Amino acid sequence: MRLEPRSGASPTAAVLAPLGALGVSLLIGGALVMWSGASALNTFALVLRGAAGSQFALLETLTRATPLIFTGLAAAVAFRAKLWNIGGEGQLYIGAVLTAVLGTGLLPLPAPILVPILLLAGAIGGALTLLGPTLLKNRFGVDEVVTTLLLNFIVVLLVSLLLDGPLKDPMGLGWPQSPKVIPDAALPKLVQGKRLHAGFLLAVAAALAVWFVNARTTLGYEMRAVGHNPRAARFLGMPVDAVLLKTALLSGGLAGLAGVSEVTGLKGNLTLDLSPGFGYSGIVVAMLAMLHPLGVIAAAIFVAGMFVGADAMSRSAGVPNYIADVMVATSLLTMVVAMMFTRFRLRWR
Amino acid sequence: MAGDGAAEPEVVLRLGRITKRFGPLTANDQISFDVRRGEVVGLLGENGAGKTTLMNILFGHYVADEGEIEAFGRPLPPGSPHAAIAAGIGMVHQHFTLADNLTVLDNILLGTEPLWRWRSESGAARSRLRRLAEDFGLEVDPDARVGGLSVGERQRTEILKALYREARILILDEPTAVLTPQESTALFGTLKKLVAQGLSIIFISHKLAEVLEVCHRILVLRAGRLIAERTPAATDRAELAQLMVGRAISAPRVEPQPPGETHLRLSGVTVRGGHGQPLLDGIELEVRGGEIVGVAGVSGNGQSALADLICGLQPPGAGIVTLFGEAIGRWRPRDILERGVARIPEDRHAVGLIGDMSVTENAVGECYRRPALSRRGLIDWGAARRFAERIIGDYDVKCPSPAAAVRLLSGGNMQKLILGRVLAQAPRFILANQPTRGLDVGAVSYVHEQLLSARRAGGSVLLISEDLDEILALADRIVVMHRGRVSAPMARAGIAIERLGLMMAGHGLEQAPHAA
Amino acid sequence: MIVEAIEILFATSLWAAAVRIASPLIFATLGELICERAGVLNLGIEGIMTAGAFAGWLTVYAGGDLWLGVLVAALVGAAFGLLHGTLVVPLGLSQHVTGIGITLLASSLTYYSYRLLFPKVTSPPRIAPFEPLAIPLLSGIPGLGDILFRQTPLTYLAFILVAVVAYGLYRTPLGLAVRTVGENPAAVEAQGIDVTLLRLGSVMAGSALMAVGGAFLTMSAFPAFFFQMVNGRGWICIALVVFGSWRPGKALLGALLFGLFDAYQLRLQQLAGAFVPYQLFLMLPYVLSIIALIAMSRRAAYPRALMVPYRKGER
Repeated sequence: MRLEPRSGASPTAAVLAPLGALGVSLLIGGALVMWSGASALNTFALVLRGAAGSQFALLETLTRATPLIFTGLAAAVAFRAKLWNIGGEGQLYIGAVLTAVLGTGLLPLPAPILVPILLLAGAIGGALTLLGPTLLKNRFGVDEVVTTLLLNFIVVLLVSLLLDGPLKDPMGLGWPQSPKVIPDAALPKLVQGKRLHAGFLLAVAAALAVWFVNARTTLGYEMRAVGHNPRAARFLGMPVDAVLLKTALLSGGLAGLAGVSEVTGLKGNLTLDLSPGFGYSGIVVAMLAMLHPLGVIAAAIFVAGMFVGADAMSRSAGVPNYIADVMVATSLLTMVVAMMFTRFRLRWR
Repeated sequence: MAGDGAAEPEVVLRLGRITKRFGPLTANDQISFDVRRGEVVGLLGENGAGKTTLMNILFGHYVADEGEIEAFGRPLPPGSPHAAIAAGIGMVHQHFTLADNLTVLDNILLGTEPLWRWRSESGAARSRLRRLAEDFGLEVDPDARVGGLSVGERQRTEILKALYREARILILDEPTAVLTPQESTALFGTLKKLVAQGLSIIFISHKLAEVLEVCHRILVLRAGRLIAERTPAATDRAELAQLMVGRAISAPRVEPQPPGETHLRLSGVTVRGGHGQPLLDGIELEVRGGEIVGVAGVSGNGQSALADLICGLQPPGAGIVTLFGEAIGRWRPRDILERGVARIPEDRHAVGLIGDMSVTENAVGECYRRPALSRRGLIDWGAARRFAERIIGDYDVKCPSPAAAVRLLSGGNMQKLILGRVLAQAPRFILANQPTRGLDVGAVSYVHEQLLSARRAGGSVLLISEDLDEILALADRIVVMHRGRVSAPMARAGIAIERLGLMMAGHGLEQAPHAA
Repeated sequence: MIVEAIEILFATSLWAAAVRIASPLIFATLGELICERAGVLNLGIEGIMTAGAFAGWLTVYAGGDLWLGVLVAALVGAAFGLLHGTLVVPLGLSQHVTGIGITLLASSLTYYSYRLLFPKVTSPPRIAPFEPLAIPLLSGIPGLGDILFRQTPLTYLAFILVAVVAYGLYRTPLGLAVRTVGENPAAVEAQGIDVTLLRLGSVMAGSALMAVGGAFLTMSAFPAFFFQMVNGRGWICIALVVFGSWRPGKALLGALLFGLFDAYQLRLQQLAGAFVPYQLFLMLPYVLSIIALIAMSRRAAYPRALMVPYRKGER
């Protein structure tokens, strides 16, 4: 039994593969649900309802998808260049920290000026956070998976330190949280009275921008080439190190934007639990989207729906909401297997 | 030696009607032959004739679709290297299967003891290895790290691997591809010793001179069939070449023409490697318009460094390089490209092309920044596709479509794509590094024609090749590289191969004087 | 205060704590070392440690013997190792992505199971952990006795395993095959040894060790399971493998150094906590790991075939 490369792209495989992946995940999730004693069908129905069964649910899903689109894009951009940025979590928090520093009164500017400044600052912060590990990889060959991961832990501790000290909300009754951002810094809500905010539109715009860069610009072409084969890219005259750096800046910047968006659009301030793993989920989103920027939007909504739906279902049916994490993890693995089957065929000897 | 005295030596190996197909391609077609004790059988054929497939079947890497093999009178179970080794067959692969970070002893010991044993008998192994090495004159230190050995020593390790496993039939796959003429001679001496001890050897090669020198019998494979059997006394290179190729080959005609201006000059150029050792050692080299300069030498003597230098991948540590009379400021591939240099890399798979990207994307790899293809950072993919289609048409690149992934193309078509890509820029200087390695005869002749027509048009070519025949056929002047030093150039007319061989091994290589 | 900071270094309790803290790291680093020597990067380590911690603890909570708990943890680890190995060896998927997926899967399965079985707990239920076992005679040695020979049985097992793995890798035919398959799988296949089985076996064995490392946390260190208890130790062990140049002896040294540093930092916190925020102390292990990676990267003699998928018959 061996794997044989396919001679051309098979359109049936390209469609069947993700569906197959989803199917396997559902089976595994269903088994886990049944273990808890609940009915699988009923539980999934509740999840679906919690994700999209009402206007409220849908808006919640889109709200939850917003940071996931950013971190998903961050991972997709980096992974395309074989830069394994697992530090989305840390980059997100740095963006959030900068927002808390600059947006809580330090810069008393009107919204049309303040918001772009915050976005820029958060993006630069996230970019610089990824810059370190990227330079270490370029210069010293240090594996960026481990450095970005370890950096996540360091950043979270840094946030805790800041929230205990300089960024502490004086009127927060001692809870580790920052003061609220000033009204001019806040991203407007998209729907009156609901939580969906302009960050969602920013995220979609970012996805379109990334897609455009990938498909039409010289930078996108260089990024793809470097991702596939850095030696050949260097031979062709492409500035490989510069491309990797630009990729890192772009990726880190996108993750930083997730932090800005969450603080100014949703939560209003910086807390320790700002991100329940958005950085890591972004990786799954990117893989589910097969690293395609427009696919990231769909995948982010899917993953967000699972989490939102599982939360709602858990409250009523009692199945632990970790079922969503399990489903997301199995989706990642099944998706990667499915992607392989679009490129290879299984041959019995 | 075969057949002296009354009885013929026994048959130790018999292949009967071996056939192997890969899809529509028949790699081996009803091949049958015998090998006797104490004889060297040469297996001659071009790339793609089926020699390696046949040997892989013999050694158990592949299973034949039809036919059977008998070793020492007993049928050989197919598909198992283990069975082949147990039957006394040993293979020295063309690409050594050695682990660089481990010692010679480790590499030889692997697989000789059952995996579930608690202890490795390394002491006994070491002494046995020493005895084997002495018996056959294969000097190598058992505790040396393989990564630090020379190519000749690595090959000796591979041979010892087979002998340690008590191989009585040894298969050598293109063993001299990486050796100097002197190291090859040493190898042939070893083979004589082996044969004197009653071993049989199957010697795979496409080098006619060697096969004539070393073998008792020569089998010629062509397109999967065994089409002829000869003894060296009864044949010559011309007949063998014709049998191999199926037609009379004519060497390309190179009309002499006066050289033009200097296109490339290297003066006192030194390039140092990671540990400070000189990869290029104060070399002098000049290539003029309208000529082909051939760089002969065994791979690993600085050719890669020279190529990397000229490709812009590695700046010179010392010395001066001028291109078309100008010194080059920033040393990057892009700067070299912009000056009208075409580069055909040694490794088309790993360096020349990006397998997962399309033919179009690869075609524009060197020129995507030109105004015709991109403006203000945006690529015009329509124009890119038209460019690719032109190359596909002009250079007969067979591919499913311009959007198809390059890894689907055959080696020859990949090389044509690279050629088309670089020649489309109308270059004045071409660096061709092993341009015909691994290609079939048709593709080789095509590449040679392109290089010659560039020369005719007044362009210059620096041809780096391990294939002496290729250099002798194409070059106007020849230099030899050995250990990072380059000899003074010699005109091709009247050159002696023996002298070249000696220089390739480092004897009598006079470096060109440094022009101040 | 400087004086007290230095005095801490002479307390046997510091060094004993160092050995204790290093123990789970020794298991997990050995496990990752075996995987990487065979040519497979196993980024599932963090999740596998989590799953091992839970599985071992749960077995004991359900009434099983402590050593049964260790065995169950090892089996759970091997199961995840089998999954990771199957995806990256025969199927040749990206070792980075699959590893992250395994970590996410193992962690989420663990948390789901925990929540399911213990829905209403406010404080984690405790079990009776391994007790320190004083080795007769040796534990009487002044200083060294307290440090090395009054540890829990799992710690002794960790040290024994270092010797076993070293012997196995360097003095047995199987170990030679494992080392070679991580350098040049073609060489192994040419000897008729199945590359896939060898790599799968190595990944499973390595993952079992990782899980036991996790089980140490719940069965020897804290006698309870709680969320995020592995807390990045898995990633630190990946750095320790590089730091130890893929050799068991040096990996042990690295783990001990790390344990020493962590123990020291904890005591410094108590000393200087009023002046220096505790988070800075907590950051130090991660920073140290990054520095160790940088320091070793220059001389990294990594297994040549690490992360290169082997397609049989590609010649």
